[in-house]
Amino acid sequence: MSVNELAETRVAGEPTAPSRWERACLLTDLFPERGAAALFGDVQVALFRLPDDAAYGGHAGRVYAVQNLDPFSAANVMSRGIVGTRGGEPTVAAPVYKQVFSLATGACLVLADKTPKDDLPADLVTYPVEVRDGVIHVGLP
Amino acid sequence: MVNSGNPQHLVVIGGGMVAQRLVEALRARDDAGRYHVTVFAEEPRAPYDRVGLTRWFDEGPEGIALGDPALWADPLVTLHTDRKIESIDRAAKTVTDRLGHVHRYGELVLATGSSAAMPPIPGNDLPGVFVYRTIDDVAALRGWVEEKRRSYPEGKPVRGAVIGGGLLGLEAAGALTALDAQATVIEFGTHLMGVQVDLGGGHALKRLINGKGIGVRAETATSQMKPHRRTGHVGRLDFADGGRLDVDVVVVATGVRPRDELGRAAGLPIGERGGVVVDLTCRTEDPHVWAVGEVACIEGRCLGLVAPGNTMAEVVVDRLLGGLAEFPGADTATKLKLSGVDVASFGDAHARTEDAVEVVWADPVAGVYKKLVLSDDARTLLGGVFVGDAGPYASLRPMLGAELPGDDPSAFLLPEGGGSAPGLELPDDANVCSCNSVSAGTIRGAVTEHQCTDVPGVKACTRAGTTCGACLPLVKKLVDTELERAGIEVSTALCEHFEMSRAQLFDAVRVADLHSFSDIVARFGSGTTADGAAATAKGRGCDICKPVVASVLASLGNGHILAGEQSTLQDTNDHMLANLQKDGTYSVVPRMPGGEVTPEGLIVVGEVARDFGLYTKITGGQRIDMFGARVEQLPDIWRRLVDAGFESGHAYGKSLRTVKSCVGSTWCRYGVQDSVGMAVELELRYRGLRSPHKLKMGVSGCARECAEARGKDVGVIATDKGWNIYVGGNGGQTPRHAKLLAEDLTSQELLRTIDRFLMYYVRTADRLQRTAPWIEEVDGGLDGVREVIMEDSLGICADLDAAMARHVENYEDEWKAVLEDPEKLRRFSSFVNAPNDADPSLAYVTERGQRRPATSAERASGVVIAGPKLEVRA
Repeated sequence: MSVNELAETRVAGEPTAPSRWERACLLTDLFPERGAAALFGDVQVALFRLPDDAAYGGHAGRVYAVQNLDPFSAANVMSRGIVGTRGGEPTVAAPVYKQVFSLATGACLVLADKTPKDDLPADLVTYPVEVRDGVIHVGLP
Repeated sequence: MVNSGNPQHLVVIGGGMVAQRLVEALRARDDAGRYHVTVFAEEPRAPYDRVGLTRWFDEGPEGIALGDPALWADPLVTLHTDRKIESIDRAAKTVTDRLGHVHRYGELVLATGSSAAMPPIPGNDLPGVFVYRTIDDVAALRGWVEEKRRSYPEGKPVRGAVIGGGLLGLEAAGALTALDAQATVIEFGTHLMGVQVDLGGGHALKRLINGKGIGVRAETATSQMKPHRRTGHVGRLDFADGGRLDVDVVVVATGVRPRDELGRAAGLPIGERGGVVVDLTCRTEDPHVWAVGEVACIEGRCLGLVAPGNTMAEVVVDRLLGGLAEFPGADTATKLKLSGVDVASFGDAHARTEDAVEVVWADPVAGVYKKLVLSDDARTLLGGVFVGDAGPYASLRPMLGAELPGDDPSAFLLPEGGGSAPGLELPDDANVCSCNSVSAGTIRGAVTEHQCTDVPGVKACTRAGTTCGACLPLVKKLVDTELERAGIEVSTALCEHFEMSRAQLFDAVRVADLHSFSDIVARFGSGTTADGAAATAKGRGCDICKPVVASVLASLGNGHILAGEQSTLQDTNDHMLANLQKDGTYSVVPRMPGGEVTPEGLIVVGEVARDFGLYTKITGGQRIDMFGARVEQLPDIWRRLVDAGFESGHAYGKSLRTVKSCVGSTWCRYGVQDSVGMAVELELRYRGLRSPHKLKMGVSGCARECAEARGKDVGVIATDKGWNIYVGGNGGQTPRHAKLLAEDLTSQELLRTIDRFLMYYVRTADRLQRTAPWIEEVDGGLDGVREVIMEDSLGICADLDAAMARHVENYEDEWKAVLEDPEKLRRFSSFVNAPNDADPSLAYVTERGQRRPATSAERASGVVIAGPKLEVRA
């Protein structure tokens, strides 16, 4: 049984109390280190599953959820970014103009000489994630 | 300050190198647009590099192109070619061109240059006697030599002579040799290059030139040129000493004469030996008329070198803009490569200064002669001569007039490793680039004040090394020293996860035989401890190193790019096997090898685009791009394309894109080879090859070059004997023309050469480095590449050949493989909880009968006519 299977609640980013929990998919539906988008009404969320690799330190094996909207292109593509680390922080890079964001906090770590499109905030919204019995649940506001 | 009035009209008569410099300098400095400049050139072309005329044989007009062609598109610049000016009316301030048009000027610059002087030798007007000054001269010379060769039985050589053993004469002799003609240089004086080089240097030069198969006859006066009895063409040279030489072609290069006839007719003062007299500001007697370059008689003489001409151009521009610049005196330093022989001289090369001391180092066996001229105390550098090895020139020339460090000046002349010369610390005012008058201080400033961190940056910032390039080694040294001093480490590290460059990583992965990112980062990632054991905090890569590792693994043949862990390394384009567009949808490009497509194929592409509502456009690479495909649509689109026989076009990859071709000899009246057939063969051979950057190729069926192959990384142009291959071209942000790598190859030789070129590039180029800058960085440049892949100087050709053979053998269509594998297909879903739902945020409008993404403003105003689900049909 992997760390992911623990029924323990895993909360990513700022702990904003979710008003509802939505079932997204099975943990095994996600390819490790490759994102997937999930649709809840009109909210698009990008899910990322980190592998059980020591390089991710305390983040190893976790699932993170951030907004799927890329603030710099205004396209819903964050789930298609490359996952990696910057100074030990797990990150995802926007696939359009390559800004880098923290998966844990959503903070934009690398601007890559760009400003967000349509005055969007540069940082990503993060969502709490729980893995219960191998099913990923996302907490929505 | 912006000038509110109309710009003044500046007229430049003459379209040579100095005119080009003047316009460049003016456009660089005249921010306020105070002048509109009109250049009247007598030749039917824009200014070109006359100094490098011989390169025209190998590289054509592009080889001697000068500066940025965009200069002539500037709205404040007008260039009239083939438009000789016939007269100047100083009172009316007008010039009249050969068509009789009259042009007004506010300020006038004479930059008419020189013409080749023709000595009064009887017979100098015979057919087959040429001068060597313009492209037309060179073209006529080539035509003549080729015609002579055709008229001779196979194997009989064309015999050429050059009268004049100066710089130009040796260039011309080199040109004859390049045309496969015999060449003998006839020099009236005691030795070759008598202006620049002393007797000892002249002797060394003669031996070296002889070694290149060029004959030299010094102290020889030509008394007449005799016609051939039958043809009436020049056939023999008779010398004053009674000697004779049979010839088929003669080039006269005995000197130049300033083209001062316009100035003369306009009543301007003319120097004793010709040239329009100017003061140190380059102004003639008329305050609105200036003269620059070879036509200007400055300090009592005309100067036949480009560097002082450029300085004059800069002086005039400064004056026109209200500055106070004066001509600082001529820098007659010269460095050139004549038929592969290095020759350089500067300062008082003939030791004419009173009590000057000469330090000479000569090695007749190796063909090297080096001399320093020093003040009587043997400390201050007054001049130097270098023949056969101009190595010390770059660092010594800027020390002219300064004291040399150390006790033994001869240390500067010893061959490398034969002694250690003291380090030279150039004073800030030392002139490093004499062509563009850039001092050591300016170059240092480019690093310290303008944050340049490499030679290309410094070149762009200061113009140092942008004309003849002789100073580039010194520029590099200065830049490196300054970077080191500023504590700026020039890192080749890919990113925080790998301290290696891409090339180092490629070798490391290949030699260590690693096949996964996890193994590679564990073994070579930064943070690895000395014993190779994994350190804890080494990270899991990033958007920079992961695609590099993906490319390295793919180039080394590690199966499908979406197999297992490899899939996590791919940028979204490679991951979706399609090209991401701005709205998050993708474009799809099926391969059409050589730009060839059947009517049935076109119909399928059209039907697919119509049924999926895709915007279609013809690409620059002769194929069709379909835009607006959503991730969940990609497999359905490709299933239909693959069923119709199409395969991935790799438009998404850093890999071979297309091989563009003209229609070639199968249809074209002019084609000499089957360019489409060759393009198809090349495209099928190299399809799917992953590389540091995208790769493009082109094949033209004849020298008309309709496939624009020289704008490609690999360009192939048919000749009547086979194929010429050019490498290192590209379009894009920094366009480059490809340079000739080899000529008249058979199809087999061509494939082998391209195999090796590509594999060598794939293995050793930096991340995102295209072939042009890569070639520049290879040791020895293009010559270095040629040595490695054609002469096997590194002994790696067998390995390169084997690697390419593996690539060709293991190719599979990436899309077909995806369609056959449910696990890979699972990646192509829009939402993990709604795999077939379209992204609801997509919105389109119709334009010119097709759909395109709506802009933010259109979304806000609600004029959007179609969401993602509404497919627009034409």
